[in-house]
Amino acid sequence: MANTLDRLADQVRENRIWRSIFRSGTGESNLHRALTVQQNVFLHLFSVKARKRTLEFRATWYLGALTFGTFLILVITGILLMLYYHPSVPQAYADMKDLQFVVSSGVFLRNLHRWSAHAMVFLVFAHMFKVFYRGAYRPPREFNWVIGVVLLLMTLLLSYTGYLLPWDQLAFWAVTVGSNIASAVPVIGAKMRFLMLGGTAVNANALLRFYVLHCVILPFAAVVLIAIHFWRIRKDGGIYPGESPAEGDAK
Amino acid sequence: MPDEPKPAASPESPEEMSRRQFFVKVGVGSVAVAALGTAAFSYEYLSPNVLYEPSPIVDAGKPDHYPPDSVTLDPATAIYVVRTAEGFFALSAICTHLGCMTAYKPDLGIIACPCHGSKFNKDGVKIAGPAPRPLPWLRMWLSDDGNLMVDRSNAVAIKQLVRV
Repeated sequence: MANTLDRLADQVRENRIWRSIFRSGTGESNLHRALTVQQNVFLHLFSVKARKRTLEFRATWYLGALTFGTFLILVITGILLMLYYHPSVPQAYADMKDLQFVVSSGVFLRNLHRWSAHAMVFLVFAHMFKVFYRGAYRPPREFNWVIGVVLLLMTLLLSYTGYLLPWDQLAFWAVTVGSNIASAVPVIGAKMRFLMLGGTAVNANALLRFYVLHCVILPFAAVVLIAIHFWRIRKDGGIYPGESPAEGDAK
Repeated sequence: MPDEPKPAASPESPEEMSRRQFFVKVGVGSVAVAALGTAAFSYEYLSPNVLYEPSPIVDAGKPDHYPPDSVTLDPATAIYVVRTAEGFFALSAICTHLGCMTAYKPDLGIIACPCHGSKFNKDGVKIAGPAPRPLPWLRMWLSDDGNLMVDRSNAVAIKQLVRV
């Protein structure tokens, strides 16, 4: 049975259509494995080879990968929530309540989105602490640390813009307070708040602006930065392996 | 070979520029102008010219609706109408710290903010908390038909009472 399945799988992989999509073909050699990674548009961000100890749990606690996992959950659940949510003053709160009580699986998707958002903020901080205390931010990886800090900012801005969308009392006052903090910036503060809210108070324009930022502009920026962040791991010599024992002995 | 002419493209002196340098300058300059224009257009586009927000001028109704020595909050417009023995004045209910709506506590006789604990007296003067400024007095006047009118966009520096 297993043999038949193997032969069937091989037949599929030797098929002309399959080969036209995946050019690396079948094989167990290092070359084939390297080609599989190098010739895939997504995987080619990563190295074709990695040190074994950098892939162990204790090296990274997989915090970066887990953060990316929560980001994927947020994108998928977020797109699904967009199908029922209207970013308008009369409808936003009612749509959020409909998602909880009327739409099939709506409460599951909304809660998954919410808890993943909390988890993402936690994991981003945990990832930063892990990178910091291992010393993995040091040259040649210093620019990737900077991209990571910008990604932290993206995560916080996504959280903040998403906070307004339920359009309940918590959302309204949180964004009122937050936008007043922005207006404390010297000289341009009041103008910044006006542009951010699209008016002088948290109202219809603010809801729409935060929605567009939350669903289009910030996720797009985050995806581009994540791609650069992953690619820089390869360019900076792979995941930081930690202090080598030889260096430690030399002291 | 002695009288070979110099290549035409090379500059004669440091002040002169080659054709290529000239076109590079024109190109970079026009891109810079276009970028500035785009920035200006974006700024203008993002600033709404018309706001569909409630009017800042509020009709607070007849003065005799307010009992003597009272502080009345209208949550919809975020103003207090304060009636003292001498007359009326209007106070903004928006906390000067971070914009939360304050509330009057009749048993304590103070105005308190629920967000970060600022406290004000009935004149809007800060008693406690992080608020940097007193609650502003708003311009108040009597309309022709005898209603109290308040302009929320107009804070007055000189405290004057409306006498009825």
